[in-house]
Amino acid sequence: MKYGSYNKSNYYIKKAITISILIVFAVLVLYPMYWVVISSLKTNNEFLSSPLGFPAKLRFENYLSAWNKGFSRYFLNSILINIVSVVLTVSIGAACAYSLARFEFKGKNIIFYTILAGLLLSPQVAVLPLFKLLVRLNLYNTYWALILPYVGFNLPFSIFLMRSYFLSIPREIEESAYIDGCNAFTTFIKIVLPISKPIIASAAIVTSRFFWNEFLFALIFIEDRSKYTIPIGLSHFRDSLTTDYTTMIAGITIAALPMIILFLIMQKQFIKGLTAGSVKG
Amino acid sequence: MYKNKITPYLFIIPALVFIFIFVYIPIIENFYFSFFRMNSYAPGRTFLGLDNYKDIFQNDIFYTAIINNTWYAVISLIFQVGLGLVLAITLESKLLGKERKFFRTIYFLPSVIAIAAVGLMFYYIYNPNLGLLNAVISLFTENEFKYAWLGRPNTAIFAVIAMSQWQFTGYIMILLIVSIQKIPEELYEVAEIDGASSFQKAIYVTIPQIKQMILVTSVITVIGAFKLFTEIFVTTRGGPYDTTQVLGTFMYKTAFFYDKMGYAAAIAVIIFIITFTTSIIQIRLANRGGD
Repeated sequence: MKYGSYNKSNYYIKKAITISILIVFAVLVLYPMYWVVISSLKTNNEFLSSPLGFPAKLRFENYLSAWNKGFSRYFLNSILINIVSVVLTVSIGAACAYSLARFEFKGKNIIFYTILAGLLLSPQVAVLPLFKLLVRLNLYNTYWALILPYVGFNLPFSIFLMRSYFLSIPREIEESAYIDGCNAFTTFIKIVLPISKPIIASAAIVTSRFFWNEFLFALIFIEDRSKYTIPIGLSHFRDSLTTDYTTMIAGITIAALPMIILFLIMQKQFIKGLTAGSVKG
Repeated sequence: MYKNKITPYLFIIPALVFIFIFVYIPIIENFYFSFFRMNSYAPGRTFLGLDNYKDIFQNDIFYTAIINNTWYAVISLIFQVGLGLVLAITLESKLLGKERKFFRTIYFLPSVIAIAAVGLMFYYIYNPNLGLLNAVISLFTENEFKYAWLGRPNTAIFAVIAMSQWQFTGYIMILLIVSIQKIPEELYEVAEIDGASSFQKAIYVTIPQIKQMILVTSVITVIGAFKLFTEIFVTTRGGPYDTTQVLGTFMYKTAFFYDKMGYAAAIAVIIFIITFTTSIIQIRLANRGGD
């Protein structure tokens, strides 16, 4: 497109104004994060005496101290629960989604809509009976108390996401495998799963974001400090480290970093999974 | 293609077992609990009929909670959907080139941080003595500003709401950007030939084309506002003087501080009714407009 000289300068003025406004918003977003990171590298005295100042020396020891005061444990718990929940959700979900996408069987539609309706149900409504159930099953205050409900609540979304992907795979690929003597199970494992890596990655990212953040179940179903996940550990930190501000703030940074890094590395899958989820969620 | 009649069920059963045991049965049980007086560990229960519900409707905290949830919904609609839409249209306009990706990533960033971490971050940002907000205000006013944003009944809930706008406006913006990118380029070309300004293109092309997504994001925002828990719990715990209670924290406090499980279950039913009907409205609206 060609601009006249007037139009061109007009265009640049408009662009400059727009970008300045966008930069103001970017500063509003980034400055609080920057403040947290800088505060996490101060001594308590520096933090108390000049909240906006820059530390004389960057104290990475604060991270070590947060790590040693329980964070290592919370981190480990979160990762463990996350891995087991993601593996269970994705594998159980993929199998179910595959069956719904490929097979014809009695009751298929009812089953599909029952699963889909699960997307509309909020965990808060189930939390009290789940608490009683977990106590009865002797699972209260174990990792399973979180893993099992997490998987249950995240299956509908992953099934929905993966089913629509499986429907888009041409049948011919599987048919030839079938002729070569594979059964339904081996076809699924050897042919379907390998070509579905992108959608599995999306499902894994979205569910693991949920598990990493989940607060309500983790607050109610776990009692021992040694089994706390990161969000609960953080919240507990606030009450126990009332005067050790900078260690606490280092803890916040440790909690925030993994998902920020994951997002920056895998932006595409991240956004794909989130947008697919929102459309029907 | 596959003849075995049992195979399809074998693939499905594990998922169904999980969903029934950990989602459906507890939710049904919750309805049942709401008609009883019961405690968390004691086995006994007394049938109360609708008394729990009657009590809730006479409880002042319930009305505080409903008002707070509604404020959350309204303000989030204005900022997350309204401002999110303006940002989405601006970032996708021809005015910007490669910079758009940079801004998109930055605006989205807060939404990937755990809510508990953001909540604690703002707990310090709002701190009257050493927080970022008062320090910045003091720079401009020259005398020392020491306001307890989360400690005063008038501002506490709005301080928490502001934090959520900071966190989620970029998230809604991304959802809108994805659907703007699906609009056929020809529509803009036609508008350009007609001499439409970029503002007119936004009003007459972009917004009507993504109407569906605007509706969906509005519904997500409203549902989110009524499911609220973590944001309040890590910042104010419902205080000061219960002024920041929302339905979620009200339920939690009733169940685990006062040990009134049946009463709390009735609050959960109310949360269910509000979020479920909103979802149904979403599905209705989505189906009416085609895909």
